[in-house]
Order: sequence, then C-alpha cells, then structure tokens
Amino acid sequence: MNAVIEGQHQADMEEHSHGPDKGIMRWVFTTNHKDIGTLYLWFSFLMFLTGGLLAFGIRAELFQPGLQIIQPELFNQIITMHGLIMVFGAVMPAFVGLANWLVPMMIGAPDMALPRMNNYSFWILPFAFSMLISTFFMEGGAPNYGWTFYAPLSTDYAPPSVTFFIFSIHLMGISSIMGSINIIVTILNMRAPGMTMMNMPLFVWTWLITAYLLILVMPVLAGVVTMMLMDVHFGTAFFNAGGGGDPVLFQHIFWFFGHPEVYIMILPAFGVVSAIIPTFARKRLFGYGSMVYATASIAFLSMIVWAHHMFTVGMPIAGELFFMYATMLIAVPTGVKIFNWVATMWEGSMTFETPMLFAIAFVILFAIGGFSGLMLAIVPADFQYHDTYFVVAHFHYVLVPGSIFAIMAAVYYWLPKWTGNMYDETLGKTHFWLSFIGVNVTFFPQHFVGLAGMPRRIPDYALQFADYNMISSCGAFLFGFSQLVFLFVLIKCIRGGKKATSQVWEGAHGLEWTLASPAPYHSFSAPPQDMTEAHG
Amino acid sequence: MNRTRRAWQCGAWRWMSRCGLLLLFSNSVFSNSALADWSAVNMPEGVTAISRDVYDLHMLIFYICVVIGILVFGAMILSMLMHRKSIGAKPASFHENTRLEIAWTIIPILILVAMAVPATSTLRSMYDASESDIDIEVRGYQWKWQYTYLADGSSNPAEDSDSTIQFMSVLRTPQDEIDNIASKGEHYLLDVDKPLVIPINKRIRFLITAQDVIHAFWVPAFAVKKDAVPGFIHEAWTVVDEPGIYRGQCAELCGKNHGFMPIVVQAVEQQEYDAWIVERREEAKIAYATFGREWTMDELLSKGEAVYTQNCVVCHQSDGKGLPPAFPALAGQGLAVGLLTEHADIVLHGKAGTAMQAFGVQLNAAELAAVITYERNAWGNDTGDSIQPKEVNALLSGSE
Repeated sequence: MNAVIEGQHQADMEEHSHGPDKGIMRWVFTTNHKDIGTLYLWFSFLMFLTGGLLAFGIRAELFQPGLQIIQPELFNQIITMHGLIMVFGAVMPAFVGLANWLVPMMIGAPDMALPRMNNYSFWILPFAFSMLISTFFMEGGAPNYGWTFYAPLSTDYAPPSVTFFIFSIHLMGISSIMGSINIIVTILNMRAPGMTMMNMPLFVWTWLITAYLLILVMPVLAGVVTMMLMDVHFGTAFFNAGGGGDPVLFQHIFWFFGHPEVYIMILPAFGVVSAIIPTFARKRLFGYGSMVYATASIAFLSMIVWAHHMFTVGMPIAGELFFMYATMLIAVPTGVKIFNWVATMWEGSMTFETPMLFAIAFVILFAIGGFSGLMLAIVPADFQYHDTYFVVAHFHYVLVPGSIFAIMAAVYYWLPKWTGNMYDETLGKTHFWLSFIGVNVTFFPQHFVGLAGMPRRIPDYALQFADYNMISSCGAFLFGFSQLVFLFVLIKCIRGGKKATSQVWEGAHGLEWTLASPAPYHSFSAPPQDMTEAHG
Repeated sequence: MNRTRRAWQCGAWRWMSRCGLLLLFSNSVFSNSALADWSAVNMPEGVTAISRDVYDLHMLIFYICVVIGILVFGAMILSMLMHRKSIGAKPASFHENTRLEIAWTIIPILILVAMAVPATSTLRSMYDASESDIDIEVRGYQWKWQYTYLADGSSNPAEDSDSTIQFMSVLRTPQDEIDNIASKGEHYLLDVDKPLVIPINKRIRFLITAQDVIHAFWVPAFAVKKDAVPGFIHEAWTVVDEPGIYRGQCAELCGKNHGFMPIVVQAVEQQEYDAWIVERREEAKIAYATFGREWTMDELLSKGEAVYTQNCVVCHQSDGKGLPPAFPALAGQGLAVGLLTEHADIVLHGKAGTAMQAFGVQLNAAELAAVITYERNAWGNDTGDSIQPKEVNALLSGSE
C-alpha cells in the first residue's frame, strides 16, 4: 500500500503537490488521508492476526473434551480478549481505514475535512490496545467476563485489570467518535460540485449513516463503562441490587450501544459489496435509491431492537413482543439489499476475480447469518438458542464471512488503485477458496452443537458435542493459516507486479477510477468536473 | 394426525439437512455416527407441551428460511451460470423496477406476519401465570445450584419449618476425568450429586435468582431458560409429561467454572415423589437435631473433608494451596491458621469484592462447623482447633 511513496505525479492533475516525508516521522505526523488509511488498515490486520491467535487458543482447547492446554481462568480471558480485539481492533479500524482511503477519492475531495484530528484518531488506537493487551500480564489476569462484560461479573467480581479495560474502552470510543465526526464533516462539506447526495457511491452513503450511529452509541458505551468505574472504585451501586441498583440495567445500556454496533460493523460492508458486484457484473447497481433507504431503515431499526439480546432476562411479555416484532422487521430492508444484489447480477456479464468471489460469498453467507438471526428473533425459540453455540455460529457468520470477507473484497478491489500494481490473481483466488472452506467448516457445525445444547463460553463440553467441535477446530486452523496467504499477496503486490491502469477493472465506475494508479499522494486538489459516472 | 405431521417433518428435515450438509462437507465426515443420531444436530423436542410448541416453531421458521434460501441462492447460482462473460453474456441495462421492488418489500412482511402469529401465541402460553402445584426456588451460586422447596406439593404437607427441603446440587464428574487422567463417563460434565426431583404432570414453578453473579437456569427438554439475576426473582414454569432424567447447563458466563455447573432434573411419578419428599424431610429433621449435640473431632474432620471437597475445592484446591492471587492458599498461612473467630467470620459471611461467598446461607450449622474445623487441621495446619455446630449457630444468630 505504501508504494504511494513512489507516486508518479500526473502532470495533468497535480500542480503544486509534494510527496510524503521520509522515514518513520512520515507516519507519526501524517495528515494525509491515504497514509492514515494505510495505517488503519495495517493496524487492523495486526489486530486481526492477534485476535486470530487467541481464537487458535480457544479452538485448540475445544478440539477435544477435557481440559488440555488452557485452564478455565485463562480460557475466559482469551474469549473476552478475542471478542474485544476483533470487534474494536480488527473490524472497526479496517472500515475506518477504507473510509479514509476511499471517501475523499469517491466524492472528489482533496483530503478529509479535519486532517490533524484524523491523525489523532488513529494514533490513539495503538495506545488503547497496548494497554488492553498488557492486562494479560497483570496480577489477576486480563478481563475474563466476556466481551459483553455483564455486571456484576465485570464489577464486584472482576480482576483488578478492569480499570485498564475501562480506560482503553474510553480511548477507543474517543478515537471512533473523532473518526466519525471527521467522516460526517467530510461527506457533508467536501463533495465536489455536482456530487449530490443521491450521486454518492453507496460506500459513502453507508459510511455516512454508520458515522451517525457511532456518534449516537459510543458515548453510551463510555457512559456504561464509567458507571462500572464508579461501582468498582467509588462505592456507587448502579449495577448492584444490594445497593438499590440493577444488574439488568447494565445490559440495557450495553446493548443500546451493542446492537447499533453490530450494524456499524456491517453497513460499510454493504457499501463495499454494492461497489464490487456492479463492477464485475458490468451492470449498474439495481435499485440505488432503495439501497440508500434500506440502509437508513436498518440504521433506524438498529436503535430499537437492543433487548433482543436479553430475551431470557425476565422482561414483561409486552417488552418481549415489541423487541421481537422490531427485530423481525429488520429482515425487510436487509432482504431488499440482498434482492438488489441478486438483481444486479442478473443478466449481467460476470467475471469472477477475487473481489467478486469474496463479494458473492459475502451475499450468500451473510444471508445464512441473516436466516439464523431471524430464527433468533423468535422469542420462544430464542429461549432454546440463547447463549448457545447457535448464537456463536450466527454472529460469526455475519462477522467473518460478512464484515471480514467484505473488507478482504475491498482490499483486493482497491489494492491496484492504492499500490499501482495488480495483485497475484491465482494467489488471491487460493486465499479466497481456503478462507471460504475454512469459514464454513469452522462455523457451520457450531449451529448443530448449539441446537443440541452446547452453551457458549465454556472451556470443556459434554461428550455428544465432541465430533463437531473437532471439525470446527480443524476449520479454524485452516481459516487462520490461510490468512498468511493474504499477507503474502499483500506484500507481493506492494513490492511490484503488473502495472494497473487507471480504471483497473473493466466495469468499474466512480471518481476514484479516474485517478492514476497508484492514486497520487494528493488527489483532487482541483475538483473533478464530470459526475456522469459518480456511482456504479 | 399430529404424529404423521411430525414424522413428515422429521423426514423432510433429514432430507433437507442432508442435501445442505453434503454441499458443505465431504461424504466421509458424515458417514459416521452423527448421521444416525439427529439429536446431535437439532434442537430436542423435549417433554413438555411448551417445548414441543417451541420445537415446531423452530422447525417452521427453519423451513421458511430453507425455502427462501433455495430461491435466492438458486437465482444467484443460475445467474452465475448463465450470465458470465466467458460464455458471451452481454450485460442488460435495467437498474430499477418499482413493481418488483414493492413486491419484494411486501411479500417478506407477509411472511414475517405468518411467523409472528404462532410465535406470539407460544410466547403467551409460556407467560401463562396460573396457580402452580409446586414452587421451587432455584438459586445460582458460583458454581452450583441450590434448590429450596418453598411449597413441595406433596400429598401430606410438612408440619414444621425445620423440615424444609433445601440442598445444593454440585457437579459430580471427578476432576480426573476433566484432566484426562481417567476416562470420561457417559454423562461427563452433566452429572450432579443431588438432582432436582419433581413429579410428572404437575405444574412446577421455578423462582429463579442468584447469590453472586448472573447465571441462567436452562433445561433444554423443558424449553425453560431464565437468567438468575442477583437481587431479583424471575419466574418460569413447566409441566413434564414423561418420567426421566433431564440435563442442562448454566447458560450465562458466571466466572471460572461456568462450564462446570450442570442442572439435572429427575422427573418421577407422584408416589415416588411423595416418598422422596418424606425421606428428605426426615433427613432435614435429623440434621437439625444434630446441631445441638456435641460432635467429636473425628466426626467433624470426616464431614469437613466431604464438605470441603464439594464446596471449596474448585478455588482453594484439594491441597489447600489455592490459585493465588484470586483464590488464596489455606495451607500453612492466612486465615485457617489465624484466629478462629476471623476464620469463621469469613466462611460464614464471605468477603466483599472477592469470589469468597457467604457460606452461612448455603450450608447448615454442622457442615459449617465441620469444614472450618477441617480447614484448621488439614494439610499440616494442625491447629487442633475445633468449633461445634451450636457455636456456629450462635455466630449466625448473633450476626442477625
């Protein structure tokens, strides 16, 4: 990605541009959206590997019944950190990295609106995660209460590292809020003339809506961890019934953040897929307008369904029914999106390069995750599914072949634009097929053990779950190791390869494809004029 | 008729799952025992009217999803086969169709309504609050369950409160099986020392709460899952049709041994239940009577070891060395060799801000006296101290 250093300056586009600084200080002080995008993406990849390593630990312990390599105490720490690192360290920063790289180029802006703040929002993250990961080496160990950190397990019964956990969540929240303010301001103020809202590529639309969701819910997360801090250190009892509080209050506040968070991790993925499928189908996106409205509806609904994570918590029936109906409604706009993607493919002229493969796998496997999501919405059935491996299978289907496949699709799709070189298509496809098989072998059997009664978050299990857990572990190792292929493709592409054209892909539309490949260090210093192909 | 429908569903489920699975996995994986036993891959139907309703609902939604999946994925696969550039497909230019878009908004809504109707009616029957025959308090502790028969519903009601039935139910799987030293038994991790016993065909109400952190009481065969929240009491109920032993597990992360606190419910015929109740009441009375007498050191030590193994060993370990820093050692240091009164105070009332629970509410006076005595004399502690059940009772009542 940093082949941008060598940026061949296109005389017809840049009059007064200068290249990046040399050395490490380039990355520390950079205010360039492309550099910051690169930083975010590499950081998220590092976190993805870290979280993956923890997943290896989980799957190794669950390979067979009995306790082999990880004792229950450590197991709980590992599942907690796996969740936190993957959600806050891998998926979210990857999408922010994509937004940094792409939003200015897609709307014809020279950079993000608030470049210095952009730098801060990134550089907070390494500190936040160093602090979080350092808790592994503290007395009492790392957070061991699950990534949902339900009180009072995370307050009265937490290890001392909980304070560091709270502070690192605060830092991540600050970073996310600054990042999303930047994205909103950029999109609303820096569009090139003629780039109307309904001209924007869907990736820009989905990120605009995501950024609003972030601003809405990150302060709620900050609030709930602050209440925990008060309970732990300052004698309050927000979440302690003995002092007049309520442990369930914690869950309501947490999931008011947590459910929109789920959509924060998937809406930009919708944007990515909506860019890739039209390109490789050589056909305009079907139903652009309905895609925008569906995204907005999903975002709205995401704010009123939080208690579907808490159906067993003892709510009155009116509450259960409201949250069930509202949750089921999400299937409608989500269905519209899937139908639109299928209709885009229909009667197209398709080719199946790596980004398209990832995008199609996204649609199919995300839909499977959607189906299990619909099943989970049905309250009486949820009493059987809740907190079992069925839930684990569900959310990994929407997060791994959902969000993460979309991120990989995006990287393959825009990599030639970023580096100026084509990646190795054979290796890319190898990476895809290994990941595709690995993901399904890992997570599909988890539906079975969940339905058959295996609770989640246990280090050891009854004998009837043994076969599928072993299959699942094998899949996880396959998926994990195949990411090394990804790393290899990335490095190989950055170091060289067949030169990419400006348009890169035959069917690509959008302003970023009017720029040279690699995109010049400073692009659109003068706003582009032609908006006829602003979105695919 | 109901049976034929179920048989059909069963057959259809087998057929569809087989097709779906074979797409994803190779034949070899599924040619083994898993194919023969479908309970390994699907929700159990259970043994209550509610659990069967839930199962039917689950299968209904599953079939609807399968049909939608076949249509959508079928269209995608067809398109991928027919509309590829390599066979000369030319792209069409359509990119919207208002009628189509309205149709695929309205139709899903109708399907959702069709799902919501049975879901709502099942949920309403689950929330039915009619009078119960038996009330049992279910209390989650780190990491065991306590059952108290508030109204035991036996044919001859209890005469006095001394005979209230209350007991702890703890994992029975030996540590050696967990550590892969001994071979694992049939009910590995799903066996307890004392199961909850209920009669069939009676309406049982569970009043569910917790002592420390949140747990969840789950018996899949009853389709009952309810969070046990400290400070709050939640309600669930069941009527079991068939005698049998039904196993479940805690379903909310509750700390270190979350995976090791199973629930076992034994459903029996009414006469058997009545007999069991009488026996338990007698036991409770005898235990109560023994609180007043003087216990010998040997009696205390042998009972103490049993109580320790059942209640203390997961944290403080069988060698008394604990798992510092979270779970301190008792052997040769700290409270167990310090002042007897301080030691007893912590055992009875727990220690705030730590995992040390208040055992005064979990164990009876004899058990408490025995375990305190045991801790003061095991692992070379040899303090020679002992404490009698009546002294424990005095400490307990003095503190109230």
